[in-house]
Amino acid sequence: MQSRSHSFKENAREAIADPNIQAAMAKMKVGFTGKRLAAAARLPEFEALRDAARDIKNHSLANLDFYLERYEAKVLETGGQVHWAPTAADARKAILDICERAGAKTVTKGKSMISEEIALNDHLEEAGMTVVETDLGEYIIQLRKEPPSHIIAPAVHVSKEQVEADFRAQHQHLPAERSLSEPTDLVNEARQILRQRYLDADVGITGANFLIAETGTSIIVTNEGNGDLTQSLPKIHIVIASIEKVVPNLEDASTILRVLARSATGQEFSAYTTLSTGPRRAEDPDGPEEYHVILLDNGRSSMLGSEFQDMLRCIRCGACMNHCPVYHAVGGHSYGWVYPGPMGAVLTPNLIGVEEAGHLPNASTFCGRCESVCPVRIPLPKMMRHWREREFERHLTPKSVRHGLGVWAFMARRPALYHRLTGLGIRALAALGRRRGRFTSLPLAGGWTKYRDLPAPQGKTFQQLWAEKQKNGRAAK
Amino acid sequence: MTTAREQILGAVKQSLKKNNPSGDRPDELAQRLSDPKANLIPERSRLPHPAQVDLMESMLIELSATVKRISSLDEVPDEVVTYLKTRNLPQEVRLAPSKELQALAWDDQSLLKVSCGPAREPDQVSVTGAFAAVAETGTLMLHSGPEGPTTLNFLPENHIVVLRSSQVVGAYEEGWARLRKAFGNGTMPRTLNMISGPSRTGDIEQKIELGAHGPRRLHVIIVEDGHAETGDSAG
Amino acid sequence: MSKPEPRVGLFVTCLVDLFRPSVGFAAVKLLEAAGCRVEVPELQTCCGQPAYNSGDKADTRAIALQVIEAFRDFDYVVAPSGSCAAMIKKHYPELFEKEPEQLAKAEELSARTFELISFLTDVMQLSDVEAAFPQTVTYHDSCSGLRELGVRDQPRKLLSSVNALSLVELSDADICCGFGGTFCVKYPDISNIMVTSKTGSIESTGAQTLLAGDLGCLMNMAGKLQRSGSDIQVRHVAEVLADMTDTPAIGAAEGDTRNGGN
Repeated sequence: MQSRSHSFKENAREAIADPNIQAAMAKMKVGFTGKRLAAAARLPEFEALRDAARDIKNHSLANLDFYLERYEAKVLETGGQVHWAPTAADARKAILDICERAGAKTVTKGKSMISEEIALNDHLEEAGMTVVETDLGEYIIQLRKEPPSHIIAPAVHVSKEQVEADFRAQHQHLPAERSLSEPTDLVNEARQILRQRYLDADVGITGANFLIAETGTSIIVTNEGNGDLTQSLPKIHIVIASIEKVVPNLEDASTILRVLARSATGQEFSAYTTLSTGPRRAEDPDGPEEYHVILLDNGRSSMLGSEFQDMLRCIRCGACMNHCPVYHAVGGHSYGWVYPGPMGAVLTPNLIGVEEAGHLPNASTFCGRCESVCPVRIPLPKMMRHWREREFERHLTPKSVRHGLGVWAFMARRPALYHRLTGLGIRALAALGRRRGRFTSLPLAGGWTKYRDLPAPQGKTFQQLWAEKQKNGRAAK
Repeated sequence: MTTAREQILGAVKQSLKKNNPSGDRPDELAQRLSDPKANLIPERSRLPHPAQVDLMESMLIELSATVKRISSLDEVPDEVVTYLKTRNLPQEVRLAPSKELQALAWDDQSLLKVSCGPAREPDQVSVTGAFAAVAETGTLMLHSGPEGPTTLNFLPENHIVVLRSSQVVGAYEEGWARLRKAFGNGTMPRTLNMISGPSRTGDIEQKIELGAHGPRRLHVIIVEDGHAETGDSAG
Repeated sequence: MSKPEPRVGLFVTCLVDLFRPSVGFAAVKLLEAAGCRVEVPELQTCCGQPAYNSGDKADTRAIALQVIEAFRDFDYVVAPSGSCAAMIKKHYPELFEKEPEQLAKAEELSARTFELISFLTDVMQLSDVEAAFPQTVTYHDSCSGLRELGVRDQPRKLLSSVNALSLVELSDADICCGFGGTFCVKYPDISNIMVTSKTGSIESTGAQTLLAGDLGCLMNMAGKLQRSGSDIQVRHVAEVLADMTDTPAIGAAEGDTRNGGN
């Protein structure tokens, strides 16, 4: 996917001006948060489970080489194949090779963010294959030729009226007079259209929420059942997973699963948690004949051991963006690449470079709501600050900011000078603004006064008044 | 030339050296795989077995599944016919090729057409067994195998699951224990489906709709068969 | 009183120092009433957040060392701001992770540092104040105080003891107002959406006055309310608790000293 992260500000401005996006965001910002809160309140152990989930991921990451090797050995033992992919291009090539060898014409896909990360659909389509996204949200945005705007609700920015228009435009063989005004109608139509696609598919591709080293198992978590039809009906099942998805055993996966759905949608457990191990067995009446796992690195190994290692704990629940007021203001597309919201603000610069994605870790008030809901307690604001530090070190911070900051810091480090100059400056400012109490515009404060008034200072600084009070004797008290 | 595998594993090892003093010994790591230990298990499902079955039922209902409790496997065909009638569904089911289910007196149901095997596209109703059920969240565990085609769990619009009460456990971890007992440590069936209610989506304006791709309805027949047991498969 | 008066160093915060010294005096009044001896070191300027949040670690550390030095001798350091208190309490130690000597000093300061209102209730065990404010007010929980320091119930508890005051809760009290320090001028369009949403819910409470514990957030919300023509008054919670509401509210015109509305 071509990045538009560098134009974050412009993207945001467009999103702010788009009434559809604003209406969708207004809805999502209350929906997900309320449901998560209720789910967490219902499970007394929820906070302790978050700690446990964090610890499991930390342990897995600290021993990632060991668990990856054991995972691979198990996959091979159960008749599956493992393809190691250092880069996105390697992953695309491995998948294309499998599809071409199978003579695939139609490929169905379950929702996979890794697939977005490696821009898989374009690659397969260029090779002449028909690629069908089967998750309803992914199907909708595939029709609209858009990227997902949320990692678990890819079409959260689209209104039902827009979906209706898309379906009418795309499904022209269906009667024009049919009713499509309700979500139920739309879901039924998608079900009907996609049903044939599952049956036609030669290859089914899914992502993975977890890989289990104990058993060589991949796990997908869905609500629609599309992932299951995608991976059960075709002859070949390909799993795309990044290397940090591996955890030691089923018990570890269970602990993380207990916080995943609750954090994501507020469900106790998603409708379908599916564990897949190898291809169908000789005696199985159905299931795929081949099982391939693509293990993608694409920058993760270099996050290990860095100040961004904690980000690799991420289980892609989306709680951070569900709770992010900046995401609510600008929607997911503004972030310009695959991963939006706070997790994207940390991950994206790691994957495509901070030169391209530098706005993302800066566009945060550090309000900390993301960290407060993260099921694996990733210190997201702290890591966004790490990016700002790297930008500052590498002189990527805008010149005006650097300059202003330099002058301010020079003063702040010299209290006597600071108090003298601020005392003078504030007195002048107060004289200008005191009568009205505020400024509607002020030179050099345009960023502030474009949208809001600036309260005028009261007059003297506290330090001046305090000094006067001390001088006027302790009699005051 | 280094392979892609060596390249990734080498980079991982290299990075881990920087900031991860290896406190974990290889034998401890290996043990975590050969002898997995449960982490924190919520209290919610730590109940006497009859209460676990009740919890299973109430969680299923909360998940928009329907539940019927009966006292003997012999009543299953009757219950299936009744269910189809009340839902206005055709009297035709695709049955999992499980010995236990096939042995039931389906022939006594003159109205009902029963066929056996993996699901095919026009099938509207499937009837399967289960391997276990986790009361904690109302989650059914079904696995693939000669007696359990996976397609039966997803293709038809209506999925009827015959669950014996002894198959109900409290937490996921107890399900894994039964699985290990049935298949051996570290061994899994091709597919293990953990099913919590019918298929659903919230992808259009976050309104929850049932029956997105998988079954629109999930009906669970809980057959009372006494106390908890030591998990053998019902397919 | 038998116990010796604790010696409190007031960390004024740069915004209170420059824009609203009355908040500083309200803090002093509350601290003294609670039995503290208050001093204000002249060596302080700012906690260093603008530099810290802009990635300028070198300047942040220099400023932090200056603060550590200026407040070395106090029993407690108290700031009328969750954000500045959290900077000292939570973030100073992070600045010196690799220097044991400085780290020890930063941690020692951290242990003595508190946000004003939670200091009054949690350390000084204050449960009520002598003040009257005959208005309906609403309260915004500033992010740092709420999530980094756990300040939530403390201001509500003290406000409930103010005569004639009635508190109506904001539906989104815990959501950021869009200030975020330099964020509001670096990303004004986004900040505007956030503060607009916030002022919308403030107005829907029907409150006459908005209170909070951080001047940055207050100036942001006051500025937006005034720009949109609202006559809701905006004050730092310390002003009400200290019964010092005879100054014009934040951004209010000279001579506008209504403190009880009617």
